[in-house]
Amino acid sequence: MALISRGFRGRKRSADVAERLPPGQYETRDFPVLSAGPTPRISLATWDFSLQGADGKRVRWTWDEFNALPHSTVTTDIHCVTKWSKFGTAWEGISIDTLLSEGAAKGITPSPYVMARSDGGYTTNVPLADLMGAKAWVAFGFNGAPLAPEHGGPARLLVPHLYFWKSAKWVRELRFMENDSAGFWESLGYHNYGDPWREQRYAGDE
Amino acid sequence: MNPVVNAPRIAWRVATVADVIPETPRTRTLVLDVAEWPGHRAGQHVDVRLTAEDGYQSERSYSIASAPEDNQLALTIERLKDGEVSPYLTEELRAGDQIELRGPIGGYFVWDVSLEGPLFLVAGGSGIVPLMAMLRHRDSALSNDDVPARHRVPARLLYSSRRWDEVIYRDELTRLAEKDETLEVTHTLTREQPSDWTGFKRRIDRVMLEEMTWPPSEHPNVFVCGPTPLVETVAATMVDLGHKPERVKTERFGPTGGAV
Repeated sequence: MALISRGFRGRKRSADVAERLPPGQYETRDFPVLSAGPTPRISLATWDFSLQGADGKRVRWTWDEFNALPHSTVTTDIHCVTKWSKFGTAWEGISIDTLLSEGAAKGITPSPYVMARSDGGYTTNVPLADLMGAKAWVAFGFNGAPLAPEHGGPARLLVPHLYFWKSAKWVRELRFMENDSAGFWESLGYHNYGDPWREQRYAGDE
Repeated sequence: MNPVVNAPRIAWRVATVADVIPETPRTRTLVLDVAEWPGHRAGQHVDVRLTAEDGYQSERSYSIASAPEDNQLALTIERLKDGEVSPYLTEELRAGDQIELRGPIGGYFVWDVSLEGPLFLVAGGSGIVPLMAMLRHRDSALSNDDVPARHRVPARLLYSSRRWDEVIYRDELTRLAEKDETLEVTHTLTREQPSDWTGFKRRIDRVMLEEMTWPPSEHPNVFVCGPTPLVETVAATMVDLGHKPERVKTERFGPTGGAV
C-alpha cells in the first residue's frame, strides 16, 4: 500500500490519455532532449551504417545506399525512462526487417542478441526478437523533416515499445551477438530489457 | 562485452520532510530523513512518487543537492508553471509530511574527489542542483586546511541565471568560494542585473567558456546541466575548444525552448 501524500490530488487524466500512459509516466507535448554528452557532428559524406554478424562478417551502406532502401513510416507513442511520454510521433526510416533481409542476401546470419553502437561510443543491447516484425526502425525523418542532431540525427534506432534509451541516437551499427551483453545505460544501473508497461526502469525491476 | 547486471530492486522508501528551505522565488529545498538511505554519489538523482487519496499516483525525477557526506538528503525543486508535481512539493509540503522516493539513480553524471583533474561545472538555472552536490562533496571530502589536496582538484563554476534573486544557493556559493582559494564561482545574469553589477550579463558563449575553463591539456572533468539550448551550446563549444567528448558530461531538462 503506497503512502498517501496529504493534500495531493494530481491532475486527473482523461481515460484515453490514462490508457496510453505506461505506469509512472506523464504526457508531454515537448520533445525533451536527453543525452549523456555532446551532440556529435556527423558528415553525411562519411556516414555509413553496418550490420555485423557474430562471425565478424559485415555489410555496409553509405548514406545514399541506405536511403535507397525501401522507406517505412510509423506513427507511435514514445516513453522515456525519465518519465515523459510523447504521443503520436511520426517517423520515417528503414525497418530493421528490411535491413535483416538485405543483410541475409549478403550472407549476414542473425544471432539472438543485438548491440547497437553509435557515434560517440554509446551502446545499447536489444534482443533480436524485439527488432523484428515491424517493431523497430533506423529512423532519419521526424514530423516530415530530417531528424535534428540533438534528437539523434542523421539517424537513430527507433524501438518504441521499449524505454527510449534503447532507441540509440546517432546509430551506426547493429552487431549480432550469440550471448547478451549490457550496453551503456544497462551497465550503469538501468534495466537490461526496459519494458515501459512493466515499468522496468532500473536493474532489479521485475 | 559487459555482463548483464544482476542487481536487487531499488526499493521505494518513505522520506520524512525535516525542513523546507526557500531558495529563490521559484525554488525550495526539501531536507529529508530517509529510512535506510543506502548513500549516493554526487550528481545522482531520485524518483519521487506521490499518491492521492483515490490511489492516483504521479512520479518525477529530481537531482540530489546534498553531499554524500551529509546526514540528510536534500532535493531542490523548481516550481514549474502548470506543473503537476512541483507545485505540490514546493508549496504544499511542510515539515513532518512524508513522501516516497527511490534511488539513488544514474551512474554516469557523477563526480567524486578521487577523479583526477580540475572540475569545471557549467549550470543554467536549476541545473545547478547536481553540480552543487559535487561542490558540497568536494568541500566535505577535502579538509579545509589541506590546501595541496584542494589544489589537485581545483574547481570552477560558471552559473547562468536570469536575475540575481533567481540564483540558487547564492550565499552558500559565495561562502564556499571565499574560504577556498581553489574554488572560483562566476555568475552571468542574462535578463536583469543589480545596478552595481560588474560581472557577465549575457548567455554563456564561446568567449566566456574560453576565458573560464582550463585548457584541454589540463584534462578538466566537465559537467554541464541546464536547459537544452544552454547544454547544447556549452557541450558543443567545449568539444570545439579541444576537450574530449567523453570528458564532457551533460544533463538536460526542461522544454526544448527553455532559455537561461
